Amino acid sequence: MSHSTNKLRATELLTLELLIEGAGCASCVGKIETVLKEIIGVKNAEMNFALRTVSITMQQDISPQQLIKAVESIGYNAKSAQDTSDEELLNEKEAAENKYYKKLMLQTWIGLGLGAPLMLYSLLGGPMTVNSNLERGVWLVVGLLCAAIMYFAGKHFYIGAYKSLVNHSANMDTLIALGTGTAWLYSMIVVIFPLALPEMARHVYFEATAMIIGLINLGLALEVKARGRTSEAIKRLIGLQAKTARVIRDAKELDITIEQVLLNDEVRVRPGERVPVDGTVIEGSSTIDESMLTGEPMPVKKEVGDKVAAGTINKSGAIIFNATRVGKDTALAQIISMVKRAQNSKPPIGRLADVISAYFVPVIMIVSISSALIWLNFGPEPTVAFAVISATTVLIIACPCALGLATPMSVMVGIGKAAEAGVLIRNGEALQTSSKITAMVLDKTGTITLGAPKVTDVLVFNNMKDNTILSLVASLEAGSEHPLAQAIVDSAKEQELPLDKVEFFNAIVGQGVQGTVSGEKLYFGNEKLMVEQGIPLTQAIIERAQVMAGEAKTPMYFALNNELAALIAVSDPIKEDSISAIKRLQANGIRVVMLTGDNQATAKAVADKVGISEFYAEVLPEDKSSKIAELQVQGEVVGMTGDGINDAPALALANVGFAIGTGTDVAIESADITLMRGSLHGLADAIAVSKATLRNIKQNLFGAFIYNAAGVPFAAGILYPFFGVLLSPVIAGAAMAFSSLTVVSNANRLRFFKPQEH
Amino acid sequence: MIITNVMGGALIGLVIWWFWLYKPAKAVDTTTENITIIVNNGIYQPAKIKVEAGKEISLKFLRKDGSPCAATVIFPTFEINEELPLDISKSIFLPSMPPGEYPFHCPMKIYNGTLVVK
Repeated sequence: MSHSTNKLRATELLTLELLIEGAGCASCVGKIETVLKEIIGVKNAEMNFALRTVSITMQQDISPQQLIKAVESIGYNAKSAQDTSDEELLNEKEAAENKYYKKLMLQTWIGLGLGAPLMLYSLLGGPMTVNSNLERGVWLVVGLLCAAIMYFAGKHFYIGAYKSLVNHSANMDTLIALGTGTAWLYSMIVVIFPLALPEMARHVYFEATAMIIGLINLGLALEVKARGRTSEAIKRLIGLQAKTARVIRDAKELDITIEQVLLNDEVRVRPGERVPVDGTVIEGSSTIDESMLTGEPMPVKKEVGDKVAAGTINKSGAIIFNATRVGKDTALAQIISMVKRAQNSKPPIGRLADVISAYFVPVIMIVSISSALIWLNFGPEPTVAFAVISATTVLIIACPCALGLATPMSVMVGIGKAAEAGVLIRNGEALQTSSKITAMVLDKTGTITLGAPKVTDVLVFNNMKDNTILSLVASLEAGSEHPLAQAIVDSAKEQELPLDKVEFFNAIVGQGVQGTVSGEKLYFGNEKLMVEQGIPLTQAIIERAQVMAGEAKTPMYFALNNELAALIAVSDPIKEDSISAIKRLQANGIRVVMLTGDNQATAKAVADKVGISEFYAEVLPEDKSSKIAELQVQGEVVGMTGDGINDAPALALANVGFAIGTGTDVAIESADITLMRGSLHGLADAIAVSKATLRNIKQNLFGAFIYNAAGVPFAAGILYPFFGVLLSPVIAGAAMAFSSLTVVSNANRLRFFKPQEH
Repeated sequence: MIITNVMGGALIGLVIWWFWLYKPAKAVDTTTENITIIVNNGIYQPAKIKVEAGKEISLKFLRKDGSPCAATVIFPTFEINEELPLDISKSIFLPSMPPGEYPFHCPMKIYNGTLVVK
């Protein structure tokens, strides 16, 4: 067992490297080295302050956890530097698969090396029978050669079969071992005791044994190659990770590996380089290509205070940023780990195949025995030979692998494909349910619109300047938490307008706000507020406000000393491609519904603009889930799309919850499906990928079922009474080897899937 | 012929008993033994593992089989799936679990194991 192999021999020394976080001064070095050296078994500890690493030499096997604890006990954080990165893991995996492939190919040639000439001999009419002592001698040599092949090229089948058999389980190895073993054993009986069998039954099947072993190894080898291609998407994601980073520590620039980057390190990224870890820009500005993570083709401008994500490419300027997430915590690392997890999860459609797989092999063994018995009882002479062939062929043709591979292979490719388009699917169940969505509920703010309201109009009715008005309103609104108020304050800040102190501030629920600035009495709010305060509004102004509402803007009145001073409109712009994305959903027959807390007129204007006929305005956040439930009662499979923060209950209740991300700052845990790019096209993409994947799984499952359901009776000899034909075990071996390859290749077709152009 | 048929019938009976009716032996207890689960030849060894309820545990896996399926182990109940490097032991951390039986397997379910939580 491994823990014993890890034990050190007395003279051996083990070294381990730790990364230290929080070591800000050179004096920490001595403290850290001392605390480590005090641990029994540690021979030496040496810290490299510039790299913040400490190498520890040990005389005995001490766990990294124990060393980390010691460092933590004096107030620093530490982590093992030997945590294998995703890339190393991937390389190891590829190397292992390559080695396995080569081994399988060697075994293929060994099997076919004897099998093919023998098969050719029999096809050319060479007698495969034992009727003389010479033939006995020759076949005995061939039989022993065949045994050697079974050992060198097929040992793994027999060992696997034996091990699982004694554990009361059975798999593909069991079938192959039993099938080839039966053919070989029968042939050896013919060679050694020919007289025990009737003359017609003295036939040998060594070629079948050797050919089957060769062919099945070949099938497995090709499958390994094809499987490699199914994980292309994850390879691409892992490849996005930079290998080194340039950090600034103690006013010196160091090139270090990304594993060595610590939280709060200052990292410099030059044009053309990849961002190594997540962080916030503290110096410089640049445009960054985030398409590899979000699917968003346009580079994004980044300035001081903006966030950057690992794996994205710095296009133009040099920036320095502060590392906020490193190692396994970066958005990229989380995306990789989520995609990996999802790729191995199974949609409900795969469960039937699992149930069948659990009973499959023993059932085939029973069919094989029954088939032999039927031939022995009712078959023509030589019954023994027919019985052996049919029993062998049934065992060989049955392919539990095709069934087992059908679902996982397609899920692997489908989820990877979605990730490439910036759609993170949480698991197989979400994948399957999305393919069935009939109604899509969209939140308005932040989903259809940008979620960042802006001041669009300032209409002044007295002799004051726009800026003065805006400055006054912003001063009044500075204390309000309303999102529309925020838009006004932001607008004033953008124009660098001064904000004055407000006195007697009061928010009137459902109407607006009031207060006093520099002795002037201010009111800001809706029509109701003006009416209640007795501020006269002309019909023309009211009509003007209605026109603004009709343009999807929210109009608000501003009164100064009980006289109307201005009409200000705030609007949350619709995302550029919301209209085309909603059209795409509708074209796929999906009922699109909009929910919003906003007023009826603005909601209607937005809905009209984007082409949604069914919308609900003034919906409180807690009522969103009841709308979802209503749709579900109507028999709809409901997808809900929101920003994932206010909409959590509705997202959870919907059959599939979609969280719409803002660039690379993803809240991965919040929904069934996360759209990394803000565009609603991600919804149509997600549904399209899901549909394509489900179709692929169905093809695979159907193929695997039909193959087994038709192949097994053929192998048992169901055609013999009608046409006088019995399937050869060699053909069965070839069919079996290529059936699982077909499944993997079909799943690979999904790699070429492209969501509809938009 | 009768003998052959009886033998055939007995063989079918044996298959049914061996694979379906036989109740497997006791689970290996992790609370008393330090174990490594060896992944090789189509089986997890041991395949039935007893762990304590309500406690976080880690299980050590050592994969010796190069085939792709063996390379991943899945605990579907806990949405855990981890890659197992070849010939290097790997610890998998499991959350504290309520009593019950939880399966773990490779993606194609060639390898199958059970966690018995008590």
